[in-house]
Amino acid sequence: MCVAIPALIESIDGHLAEVEIGGITRQANLQLCPQAKVGDYVIIHTGYAINILDQEEARETLKLLEAITRLAVEEEG
Amino acid sequence: MTDAILLAHGSGGKLAHQLIEETILSDISNPLLARMDDSAVIDFGGRLAFTTDSYVVNPIFFPGGDIGKLAVCGTTNDLAMSGADPAYLSLAFIIEEGFPLSDLKRVLRSIRDASCEAGVQIITGDTKVVNRGCADKLYINTAGIGKIPPGVGISGANIVPGDKIILSGPIGDHGIAIMSKREGLRFTTRLVSDCAPLSGMVAEMIATGADIHALRDPTRGGLATTLNELSKQSQVKIEIVEELIPVRDEVLGACEMLGFDPLYVANEGKLVAFVSPRDARQVLDAMRRHPYGAEAQVIGEVEEAATPSVVMKTVLGASRLIDMLVGDLLPRIC
Amino acid sequence: MRFASEFREGRLAQGLIAKIERSSHTPVNFMEFCGSHTVAIFRYGIRQVLPKTVTTLSGPGCPICVTANIDLDKAIALARSPNVITASFGDVLRVPGSYTSLQAVRAEGADVRVIYSAMDAIKIAKDNPHKQVVLLGIGFETTAPTIASSILQAEEEDLTNFLVLSWHKLSPPAMQALLNSGEVALDGLICPGHVSVITGSQAWEFIARDYQIPCVVSGFEPLDILQCIDMLVTQVEEGEARVEIAYSRGVQRGGNMVAQQLMNKVFEPCPAEWRGMGTIPASGLKLREEYSRFDAEQVFDIDPGPTREPKGCICGDVLRGVSTPLECPLFGKTCTPENPVGACMVSSEGSCFTYYLCGGKND
Repeated sequence: MCVAIPALIESIDGHLAEVEIGGITRQANLQLCPQAKVGDYVIIHTGYAINILDQEEARETLKLLEAITRLAVEEEG
Repeated sequence: MTDAILLAHGSGGKLAHQLIEETILSDISNPLLARMDDSAVIDFGGRLAFTTDSYVVNPIFFPGGDIGKLAVCGTTNDLAMSGADPAYLSLAFIIEEGFPLSDLKRVLRSIRDASCEAGVQIITGDTKVVNRGCADKLYINTAGIGKIPPGVGISGANIVPGDKIILSGPIGDHGIAIMSKREGLRFTTRLVSDCAPLSGMVAEMIATGADIHALRDPTRGGLATTLNELSKQSQVKIEIVEELIPVRDEVLGACEMLGFDPLYVANEGKLVAFVSPRDARQVLDAMRRHPYGAEAQVIGEVEEAATPSVVMKTVLGASRLIDMLVGDLLPRIC
Repeated sequence: MRFASEFREGRLAQGLIAKIERSSHTPVNFMEFCGSHTVAIFRYGIRQVLPKTVTTLSGPGCPICVTANIDLDKAIALARSPNVITASFGDVLRVPGSYTSLQAVRAEGADVRVIYSAMDAIKIAKDNPHKQVVLLGIGFETTAPTIASSILQAEEEDLTNFLVLSWHKLSPPAMQALLNSGEVALDGLICPGHVSVITGSQAWEFIARDYQIPCVVSGFEPLDILQCIDMLVTQVEEGEARVEIAYSRGVQRGGNMVAQQLMNKVFEPCPAEWRGMGTIPASGLKLREEYSRFDAEQVFDIDPGPTREPKGCICGDVLRGVSTPLECPLFGKTCTPENPVGACMVSSEGSCFTYYLCGGKND
């Protein structure tokens, strides 16, 4: 029930950060994610970062999906 | 049904259409008005297109333009959508007491520059001033006339099954550029409004001799609303493909952030053309040769149908019905 | 890499769809708890590409839809009070209460402002020191910590005109009440991705353990949802019932501890009324005593008037998954998005609105 999207932290000033999503930059609040650093991707909901996005897990998931797709192509062919 | 005007009545979506159909047309109606094209076509021994629009945009100065440029481009574009060559505009101001003269001069210079580019002359006008608080800085109304060349028959009612649908460029730039300046949303972007006079590009499209059935510029309510209007006017099914619709990354990013769908965000310098399939390629090429059509794409086609509808093929290959804008574009959290 | 568009790739979707088709033999009924999942499922046409053995059902996870009329009426009464600025997330404005909506009272002259973030409401309070600013706190565990953070900020900055009307609700108790009612037979649960970012996947373990229902936490991109369904199908075919995460880039088992702590510092569980589900114990959040000066319910003497429900509206049944929107006698006739009768047709995440937009019209 929650529109939330990944954004890149470009700079931090206290508990506020400048984050970038596809060329748009906006202010985000890091009070729920105080350990976030510049260069992290965070998940933003109503202007607050709710978690740091695990980039390694994202890559692993895509690798898994690629493997599933390769298998599907083989099984068909 | 409400008994007061809501903001949504002005958003270009369903309530706006309801207001026109149920409230306005019930009192004021005639065959010319009933066609509901972007401009009315009149035969004065030679056909004339005639249209009007009022401009109340807030903020009045925005990235890529201002209310003056909009007032010229919006009205001349409506003439161009009927295949007319825009010739003359009227210009009427309603100004709030206290509005800075320097801002008015800035708007006037924009109007002068945009009229020059669009090739139109402003030949009549009016100015009214109202008390402070009785208008929001500046409102503008422009009405425009233009001649339609013989042999040109472009109307939202002329679309037929088989027509290819060509979009002149990426959608959503204007709406998002405006929103970035609105209090309460505050985000920074390099995006500018796409506000532009399209009559030059339309003239080149017509000059190819192609069989162009309809043209429309998707303003308030976005591409989705415009396609729905057209599908009803011509009683056809419109099918578009999501992956073919150009949208800039910045527009996607802002839409994702705010929970909008780019299909419903306003444009002020784009058009959608319905062209006979054998001529689609040459029209596309003509558009791409023009600065305002460099990113033009074929985005779908028209099909036969019992009831008019607009359908989009998603990235998964599934089909999804696309309706008009409902209500106003409000940012959502859930 | 944006971590969004990569999870919409058509080619990888086809791979997942093929795998689901190959492995699904048993007919199954999966519920997506979350309204945003319903929207994504319809937006991408996921139901159309799933094999006939897999059906999905929408649940009560739309915070707008489940807000009861009495709560809406209170907000409307407050909005009409002199000197009050109501700050609301956009979704709420068009929802009809017993008699009217916030959008309509705004047209009558009430100062109702749409906000994107709780931070916007704080700014409105600072810019208008002589008015009371009431933030309508709607949303589940994803949004509640952001509201808690804004209350703590108001406390730190000594704001005396910032108040919250808490409509916040908790997801697991609602899911439990639904399962206990026995009204729906579920073979799997598509768990809400962003709620789980906060609560952790641990919040759903009781469902796998006590009800033997497979649970997979899903993100909101089409590949996330398809991967989730694939994992649920696999569990069903293997006779398993456990909690898995298909949104591993965002969700961990323990969740966001800082957010949980902030939420628990400011709020405490209380009974809450859910449209269509009655009062569910410990399923809502109210401000703790030490924050009562920020609690609009405590500070104002709100008289919303008698509550009434729209005749013929079956939003409650739709929210519990007992009926689909198509079975509602009002759907598409007297109840449409432009003239909604019930909350499910107003909310951009409501089942009825989604069905209507995507072709479930009943002409």
